[in-house]
Amino acid sequence: MSRALRPLAYGVWAALLALPLMGPLRAALLGGVVLVMTLAFLGARALSRRPLGSALRQQAAGLGRAIRQQAAAIPRPLLAGLVGAGLLLFPHVASRYHIDVATLVGIYVVLALGLNVVVGLAGLLDLGYVAFYAVGAYAFAILGTRAEVSFWAALPIGAILAAIFGILLGIPVLRLRGDYLAIVTLGFGEMIRITLNNWDAFTNGPNGILNIPRPSVLGFALRDPMYHYYLILGLGLFTVWVIGRLNNSWVGRAWIAMREDELAAEAMGINVMRMKLLAFAMGATWAGFAGVFFASKQTFISPESFTFFESVIILSMVVFGGMGSIPGVILGAAILVILPEVMREFAFYRMLLFGGAMVLMMVLRPQGLLPNPRRKVELHPGEERLGAAA
Amino acid sequence: MLRLEDVHTYYGNIHALRGVSLEVEEGEIVCLIGANGAGKSTTLMTISGVLRPARGRVLFGDEEIQEVRPDAIVARGICQVPEGRRIFPRLTVRENLEMGAFLRHDHRAVEAGLERVFTLFPVLRERVSQLGGTLSGGEQQMLAIARALMASPRLLLLDEPSLGLAPLMVQQIYAIIREINAAGTTIFLVEQNAHMALRVARRGYVMETGQVVLADRAPALLENEMVRKVYLGEV
Repeated sequence: MSRALRPLAYGVWAALLALPLMGPLRAALLGGVVLVMTLAFLGARALSRRPLGSALRQQAAGLGRAIRQQAAAIPRPLLAGLVGAGLLLFPHVASRYHIDVATLVGIYVVLALGLNVVVGLAGLLDLGYVAFYAVGAYAFAILGTRAEVSFWAALPIGAILAAIFGILLGIPVLRLRGDYLAIVTLGFGEMIRITLNNWDAFTNGPNGILNIPRPSVLGFALRDPMYHYYLILGLGLFTVWVIGRLNNSWVGRAWIAMREDELAAEAMGINVMRMKLLAFAMGATWAGFAGVFFASKQTFISPESFTFFESVIILSMVVFGGMGSIPGVILGAAILVILPEVMREFAFYRMLLFGGAMVLMMVLRPQGLLPNPRRKVELHPGEERLGAAA
Repeated sequence: MLRLEDVHTYYGNIHALRGVSLEVEEGEIVCLIGANGAGKSTTLMTISGVLRPARGRVLFGDEEIQEVRPDAIVARGICQVPEGRRIFPRLTVRENLEMGAFLRHDHRAVEAGLERVFTLFPVLRERVSQLGGTLSGGEQQMLAIARALMASPRLLLLDEPSLGLAPLMVQQIYAIIREINAAGTTIFLVEQNAHMALRVARRGYVMETGQVVLADRAPALLENEMVRKVYLGEV
């Protein structure tokens, strides 16, 4: 296909894609927008190849470097203090809606960091991660409403139960890899959801469980969203701390080796089976914590909250942010929670734009927003070799 | 030191090893030669515990190890350099070497081990913070051997150390294998490059379709008519 025709082709493609969804008029409009945007993009790229453009680009790169140097010059404790103060003061200046969104970000940060252990570090593709979230949430929903177990007692119980389910999933898939593993984990996630949906006597089926107790301190229920924000902030920081430590421990090393080459890892004396189970259990633990918190915050849960789509979103956060990179995964979770909220004014087109943004992102920056250095090499091997030769 | 007694191993339905018996004594270099698919790599995989034999015994010292898990076999002092090197491409040379010492927790011994392999392979010291995947084939083979040495094994298993290397590099690798052996590590190696292997080894076994068909001192095998014909390509 000729280069000049490409924008036109993209426009027609977008219009055809949107036709059944939007009707001919709006689809044509969308096609037009895509055509103009493609033209603009190609024009900008052509410009950037010319001397003037490349000079501009170098300036921009120089500016970026200068900013990074400036940022590095700020002492780390000061930076941490500023970020910490911002996070602590946030609920006092924000509206209730913003606090709710921030709390949701917190939940997904914990979930995404947990899944990152399984997918990013150990390299095991898990498409049923939401099952462990459901285990944590239902553990507290049932224990809290029927046995009056408190939120604080339920946190470790939910986490341990989720870890046990992680091992239950892990045992049958120990010898599976890649696609096969993904399909089994997908099935596992659905199994848990369908069980929750149909086991009326135990889970109250599709009606869900009502009146789950709020977290409480010394008998006072914490109702204000601000408290939920602080709770998830604490849980999130704890998650970051533990996973950061894990990352640099011998366990993290073993996972990385396993992800790189399972047979070689085995030849080094790594017990691959045990390490895989540990990865599933460690990943599930965080989903369990998040589930208990979620149930307590909502006071109502039903199987609808734990669909396959949730697993996909959490996985997207990990990939979007940068597999195996803690700051990346946090950023990925934040963006994928906030983006659909910001796009609310587009109402009908919201999810379409959201999907479009993700496609664009993966095409332009497949390694994620803040990639783990090792991942970068995988996706751009040519550059690394150049770098090594220089 | 190592003895296989009538070992049978299956790959699913394929009867890959049909009663292999062989022996490696302390301090020796022993080689196993044979054509593609003869069962050489399967033999190594069975020794290192990745595959379990259906019948027969594998003895390391006086202990049976055919039921022992691969990681526990490494802990007992057998380390394998797998076929095709299989270094960790996205870890640095140093990290690769540290992975080799995964089971050792004495920090100072690990540092000493690093020094030792850097003396054996000076090029690895130069490349210490380079990613494994960016090394040349020969350097990767050196890294693979060095990584295995980091576990300070008593018995080193080498699977096709000359595979895909330039002749000069093969010479160099074999010189180092001799050196490692002279320093006290017993070596059992599998090769298609029969000529090179038999010149370095003390004894050799010849394998065909899952069975050992010939066993002798290496110089005798080099003179053996069948070996010359089939494995050394002479007429």
